[in-house]
Amino acid sequence: MSNGMINEQSSAAIFFGRMGRYAMHGIEQLGDGTRLGMHALSLIFTRPWQGKHFILQLYALGVGSLVIIIITGAFTGMVLALQGYYTLAKFGSESLLGAGVGMSIIRELGPVLGAFMIIGRAGSSITAEIGIMRVTEQTDALEMMAVNPKRRVLLPRIVATTIAVPLLVSIFDVVGIGTGYIVGVEMLGVNSGAYMAELIAKIDMIDLNGGWVKAGVFGFMIGMICTYMGYRATPTTEGVAKATTQAVVIASVGVLIMDYILTSFYL
Amino acid sequence: MQQYRRIEMTVGVFVFLGLVAIAWLALKVGQVGGIGESGYTLTADFNDAGGVRKGSDIMMAGVIIGRVDDVKLTNNDHATMILRVNEGVKISEDAFASVRTKGIIGDRYIRITQGMEEDHLVAGSEIEETESAINIEDLISKYIFSGKE
Repeated sequence: MSNGMINEQSSAAIFFGRMGRYAMHGIEQLGDGTRLGMHALSLIFTRPWQGKHFILQLYALGVGSLVIIIITGAFTGMVLALQGYYTLAKFGSESLLGAGVGMSIIRELGPVLGAFMIIGRAGSSITAEIGIMRVTEQTDALEMMAVNPKRRVLLPRIVATTIAVPLLVSIFDVVGIGTGYIVGVEMLGVNSGAYMAELIAKIDMIDLNGGWVKAGVFGFMIGMICTYMGYRATPTTEGVAKATTQAVVIASVGVLIMDYILTSFYL
Repeated sequence: MQQYRRIEMTVGVFVFLGLVAIAWLALKVGQVGGIGESGYTLTADFNDAGGVRKGSDIMMAGVIIGRVDDVKLTNNDHATMILRVNEGVKISEDAFASVRTKGIIGDRYIRITQGMEEDHLVAGSEIEETESAINIEDLISKYIFSGKE
């Protein structure tokens, strides 16, 4: 009897102990990541400028993600037009199709789907690249040459994602609205004037601002999380692989959680 | 170096594309008022705003001629609206403003009907003749309970 009690207590203790350890580990990582990222960002206004590396990152992350963003945006707009038409036709209000497609893409799908694509395309490569730099001791080599790896490696990537994501999301929005127009107007026969007129009438500046703020925040988050996960990866092959997986998962979940918080501000 | 030049140029094209997308969204879809809003403002006092909000349309003869800038409570039981009317639209001094509904369940908007006066309202003046929103529930209850009294 008393033996069972002790067992029960100790298993509860193990449970809570494990929970506490995970929580503290998570908070530690959050603090460490924020400090690392902020340290890198604090170097933004100090010489030597990292203009060239910033451009190279903008090329790798921004231009590199352009095709996938256009494809995703195109099919999102098309399927929204198709689904929206099917639903709206039941109420005889197909003329609202433009407003529906535009509203969903600008407020929600553009930033979130765009961010997911960029996490998959660019975020994972950031983590893997920095992780391998750690494994092959390239960051230590940089330090030996009196080059601060936070300035050279982390800063350009964080700034590049913060700037590239809003640009990519805007392209996503325009492409999505355009393909929605093609499906809705050209294929399903919605009035072409009604599509654009309803879109313009129903979407206000606050909707667009909400989308851009989301995109900027997501971009910043992707940069911070993916660079941190790479920089602090265990310098082994498995460590880098694990860090890359974790970076994608954490960034994706973070985007979804942040999306809800930001949406509640921009309603 | 040659390759870096090419990368620079591609990035330039990418940034340009993104900015064009932003500009199109802001100007065409968002209809940003631009620097300094255009048009002029009038005020109007209603007993009941009936769901007209900031940004609701102002229409004359079924054409959008402006947007509602602000709706606020005055004198504890009146709704005062600030109406921003597009430049070039002249509204006579005895014009009539009413709260209407687009269709049966559509958005509320402000309808302005011209009066007979030759003189036009200047910026900042008030439209004195107003008609509040027609409340269907009030009408029904009036109809139901009118026989009992």
